[in-house]
Amino acid sequence: MTLLETPTTSRETAPRHRPGSGLAAGLVVLVGVLLVVCFFSITLGSRGVGVPTIWKAFTDFNPGSASETVIREMRVPRTLIGVFAGAALGLSGVILQGVTRNPLADPGIMGINAGAAAFIVFGIMILGVQGAIGYVWLAFLGAGVATVTVYGIASFGREGATPVKLALAGAAVTAVLTSLTSAIIMTNVDALNELRFWQVGSLAGRYMPVFWQTAPFIALGLVVAMFTGRALNGLALGEDLALALGQRLRLTRLLLFVTVAVLCGAATAACGPIVLVGLIVPHMARFICGPDYRWILPYSLILTPIVLLAADIFGRLVVSPGELQVGVVLGVIGAPAFILLVRYRNLAEL
Amino acid sequence: MITVVATDRRTRRRRSSAVTAALVAVAFALFILTMMIGSYYVPAWDVITSAFRLRDEPSVDFVVRDLRLPTATAGVAVGFALGVSGLLFQKLLGNPLASPDFVGISSGASMFAVSAIILFGAGSSMISASALAGALVSAFIIYLLAWRDGISGYRFVLIGIGLSQFMMSIVGYIIARAELYEARQAMTWLVGTVGQAGTTELRVLIAALLVLVPAALVLQRPLRVLELGDDTAKALGAHVELSRLALIGVAIVLIGFATAVAGPIMFVALIAGPIAQRIVGHNGGGIIAAGLVGSIIVLGADLVAHHVVPVDLPTGVITGIIGAPYLIWLLATVNREGRGG
Repeated sequence: MTLLETPTTSRETAPRHRPGSGLAAGLVVLVGVLLVVCFFSITLGSRGVGVPTIWKAFTDFNPGSASETVIREMRVPRTLIGVFAGAALGLSGVILQGVTRNPLADPGIMGINAGAAAFIVFGIMILGVQGAIGYVWLAFLGAGVATVTVYGIASFGREGATPVKLALAGAAVTAVLTSLTSAIIMTNVDALNELRFWQVGSLAGRYMPVFWQTAPFIALGLVVAMFTGRALNGLALGEDLALALGQRLRLTRLLLFVTVAVLCGAATAACGPIVLVGLIVPHMARFICGPDYRWILPYSLILTPIVLLAADIFGRLVVSPGELQVGVVLGVIGAPAFILLVRYRNLAEL
Repeated sequence: MITVVATDRRTRRRRSSAVTAALVAVAFALFILTMMIGSYYVPAWDVITSAFRLRDEPSVDFVVRDLRLPTATAGVAVGFALGVSGLLFQKLLGNPLASPDFVGISSGASMFAVSAIILFGAGSSMISASALAGALVSAFIIYLLAWRDGISGYRFVLIGIGLSQFMMSIVGYIIARAELYEARQAMTWLVGTVGQAGTTELRVLIAALLVLVPAALVLQRPLRVLELGDDTAKALGAHVELSRLALIGVAIVLIGFATAVAGPIMFVALIAGPIAQRIVGHNGGGIIAAGLVGSIIVLGADLVAHHVVPVDLPTGVITGIIGAPYLIWLLATVNREGRGG
């Protein structure tokens, strides 16, 4: 193989042969972009604040100042949760796509969000859970159960989990869970009122406790996920080759799915269902750095929070007063991207 | 040899007409039962004489004709439309899971109807009209986007799912910013129930059924050819795209009218076709049987929703709950046979 490697001129393949130092430099630039976006996420909004106020809010906090309170209580938690949840959604998208070898795998398409929503409603109804903190654990459990169910159903049979089978299994499980959820919220107005705000993914109104509850899981998941590059590269070669290279497939798959359930569950618990960002960003990363998962993972880790926070800022600025939730912004932008992907990419590619 | 084939065909036809007759009987029984029970019990014979205007008796007539007949008729008509439409979709897209509930058409109707309810405070006939418009518009968009030298079932399904994500995120946003009572009204509509039908919409749906079901029966022959795959169909001289367009049009209009009357009742379109095929046997008439099974499911689910469970629920909740185990079984068997796509 290496003997045949000649300098390529075609636009299709050129980026795949870019030397590692170029990619590393690109990554550094992206980290810079992420910092800039974080800065804007803290300063922009219905109440604009300047750098001196931010500095004062952390060095010499005055509880009487509305601007300083907004920064400490709302903007900073919101930005931190955006960064963590974004990274978690991005990497879980990469892993899902890699392990299912399916370019359209996404927590929303796969019904993971519906699982989390259903468990939250059951919790409100049966256990009387109230408030965002209680939801975290329920969302976690629901996401895990849905992941296992959808993948289990879709991979049953001869060809394994193909894109259409996964998408339909996800849509079907979503439909089942939605009708169960509806049965409850039709009879329980409190549950209806909680759910309708939770089910549009949003970073608004998520305070520090939510961050502290989900951040450890996300951090753990991210660390594990960053080491999965070799395993994903192996799986990308196909089962036979991966086996021949000495991978223990069953164990690898299990580990990867647990990681996805932890990441998705924690992200959904933190900010509600946010669809399609975990689907689109890995493709952006793949476009920049080619098919090597050891590069796709770090790129997605940085790119997804950028996209998520940018969408959040956009939603804050575009509707005033009030705001467009980040889940809505991403749903509206992401769906056309998904459709483009279906139309113009050869889907058997992964 | 020829006699063997002929005998075989004759037995199959006899079986199919016997089964169809049985389905008609069951649907009729449920239709009557729906009008019998409630807070005021009416004996079967009185229901029949009153509903078919054989005899006038004011006290019974009020309950039967004015209160219960519209719901029962809506159950029959909506179920029939959903069953036929689901079967057509499954055959045209070559996938037993490709039902209009999943591929974005119902979510188009939902987005338009929810906007009408919350943003414009529309009344029932306005909501129905928007639902119909939504179904047609989204089907048109999906068809347009999925077109590339013809339609592949695969692209149609995936693009439909993508579009439905788009629409549902807008629905979520609208519901979150609404007042609580409007949100509740919208959520009720989203589950779907036959009780919410207005008389005008119902009449339109029945008229559509009377025109489109015979049309679908006529178009059934090209449908059979399509099952052999596009290449074979072309070789046999069928106008592939034209027939497909006509049939998809029939299916979409039916689902649009049904959704306009009752909201998006889930799973009926998905399960009616396969159940009918299982009872009648493959290559059976299909369309009529699927419609009848659809009616039976909707009437049955509505009875359960109103009289069996302790609180009054929308019909769609019950069809969702019956649909669930069936769906998982279907996914499993379809995948085992390797037809899932």
